[in-house]
Amino acid sequence: MKIRAIALNTFKEAVRNKIFYLLIFFGVFFSFSSKLISMLTIGDTLKILKDVGFASINLFSVLIAIFTGINLVYKEIEKKTVYFILSKPVERRDFILGKFLGLALTMFVALTIMISVFSIFILLLSGTFDPFILLYFIFLFTELLIIISISILFSSFSTPILSSIFTIVLYLIGHVIWTFNEFKYKLINPIEKFFAYFIYYLFPNLEKFNIKGALVMNDPISIKIILSSLAYGIFYISAILLISIHIFKRREF
Amino acid sequence: MNALEIKALSKSFRSNFLYKKTSILKNVDINVNKGSIYGFLGLNGAGKTTTIKCILGLTRPDHGTIRLFGKETGKASDRASIGFLPESPYYYDYLNAKETLALSGKLSSLSNEKIKERTAKIISLVGLDGKEDLLLKKFSKGMLQRVGLAQALINDPDLIILDEPFSGLDPIGRKELRDIILSLKAEGKTIFFSSHILQDMELIVDDIGILMNGKITKEGKLKDLVKKTIKHPVDYSLEDLFLKEIKK
Ligand SMILES: Nc1ncnc2c1ncn2[C@@H]1O[C@H](COP(=O)(O)OP(=O)(O)OP(=O)(O)O)[C@@H](O)[C@H]1O
Ligand SMILES: [Mg+2]
Repeated sequence: MKIRAIALNTFKEAVRNKIFYLLIFFGVFFSFSSKLISMLTIGDTLKILKDVGFASINLFSVLIAIFTGINLVYKEIEKKTVYFILSKPVERRDFILGKFLGLALTMFVALTIMISVFSIFILLLSGTFDPFILLYFIFLFTELLIIISISILFSSFSTPILSSIFTIVLYLIGHVIWTFNEFKYKLINPIEKFFAYFIYYLFPNLEKFNIKGALVMNDPISIKIILSSLAYGIFYISAILLISIHIFKRREF
Repeated sequence: MNALEIKALSKSFRSNFLYKKTSILKNVDINVNKGSIYGFLGLNGAGKTTTIKCILGLTRPDHGTIRLFGKETGKASDRASIGFLPESPYYYDYLNAKETLALSGKLSSLSNEKIKERTAKIISLVGLDGKEDLLLKKFSKGMLQRVGLAQALINDPDLIILDEPFSGLDPIGRKELRDIILSLKAEGKTIFFSSHILQDMELIVDDIGILMNGKITKEGKLKDLVKKTIKHPVDYSLEDLFLKEIKK
C-alpha cells in the first residue's frame, strides 16, 4: 500500500532525525520539577505531581506535534523530495494521508513513552494505577491529531515559520474558543449570532479534550461527553484533511 | 506508435501577483518514437524541465495534450510505466540506497519479492555495488545521480525520462551511463532525455528536438538534420547544428 509506505517513511524520518531525543528533555523536566515541588510543598504531593506530570506531557507532546507536523511536510516541498514521490504513480491525496498517518504514528509512540514513564512514576509512588490515564491518553492523542492536521494544512501552502505561528495561534485560540459557545446563546441579533456560531465552528474547540482537571480532582466523566468529544475530533480532522488534499491537488511544483 | 506525443503544449508562469504572465512554452509539439533514444536540447531556461514536469503531472499545462503510448495522460496511474530522473538529486538523505529503491518500488506497487529481485539487478547496473547500505547523506553528487537512475528504473518502465542525466558524472560515469541508456534501448525501452553535454548526446541519440523560445524549432533524425543544416558534413556534429540553430 502506497499510503502505508509514505507513512512508514515519515515515521522513519522522525526516528532517524532523532525527534524522540526531545523526550529525554521531558524526562529531565518532569523529574526535576516534581522533585522541586515535593520539596517545597506540604500537603497532597500526589495531586501536585499528577498536575505537573499532565502539564509536562501536554507541553512536550504539543511541541513535538507542531514541530514535526510542520517540518516533515514543508521539508518535502522545500527539499524537493516531493518530486520523487509525485513522479511515481501516487495520488496527491495519498501523499497527504500518508504524511498524516506517519505523523500520527510518531505522536502515538512519543505519547506512549511519556505516559508510560508517568504512570510508572505514579504507580511507584502511590501503589495504584489510575485507569483514567488511558482516557487521558485517548483525548490528548485526538487533540494532537487535530494539531497535526492543522500543521499539514498550513504547511501545504505556507512557509514553516508562518505555519508554526498560525498553528500555535490556532492552538491557543482552540483552548479559549469554548467561551464563544457560552456567549453565542446570549446574543439576540441574528447576524451577531451567526458570526458567533461561525467562529465557534471554524476553530477547533480543543478544550473538549482537556480532562486533566477532572482527572486530578477525580471527577467522573460521562460516556456521552467522551463519545461526543471523539466524534467532534474525528469530524474536525477529516474536514481539515479534505481541505489540505484539495489545496495540495491544485499545487504546482 | 509513439511512446510520447505532445501536442500544442503551452505553459506560462506568473512570477509575482503584480507581474503579467510570461509564456515559457508556446505550442510545443514533440514526438518520441517507441524504442528510440530522444535528445531534448535547449538553452538554460528554455523550458525543458517545465516540459518534463508537465508530462509527469507535477505542473498543469495551460493548453495542450500529452499522450503516452497512445493514451492521453492525466491520472496518477499513467505514471506506472514511466521512470523519471529529476534534474537535481533530491532524495531522502536519512535512507540508504537500498531503502530508497524499496520505497520507490512500493510507490510503484511492486511486490516485496519483485523489489528484491530488481534492486539486486539495478544496484550493479548503476555501479553502486557495496554502497547499498550507506546513507544517502554520505553520497557524492555523482553517486546520488546513480541512485536517481536506479530509483527511476526499479519499476522496469517502458518510457524513461532523464532530466540532465550526465550532470555530475565523471568521464567514466558518463561512458557507463551511455552504455546503460543503449542497453535499455536494446531491451526495447524508450528514452527521452535532456542534456547540455552535446558530445554525449550525439553518441547515442536517434532523434533530437531543439526547444527555442518556447517552440520546437527542429525535430527529427539526428543524421538527417545535421546533413540538411551543415553543407559539408565531413564530420557531422550536433554542436555545429545546435549553435547554428540558436544563432538564428
Ligand atoms: N515555478 C515557476 N515559476 C515561475 N517561473 C518558472 C517556474 N518554473 C520555471 N520557471 C521559468 O521557466 C523558464 C524555464 O525553466 P526550466 O527549468 O524549464 O528551463 P530548462 O530548460 O530546464 O533550463 P536548464 O537547462 O537550466 O535546466 C525559466 O525562465 C524559469 O525561470
Ligand atoms: Mg532544466
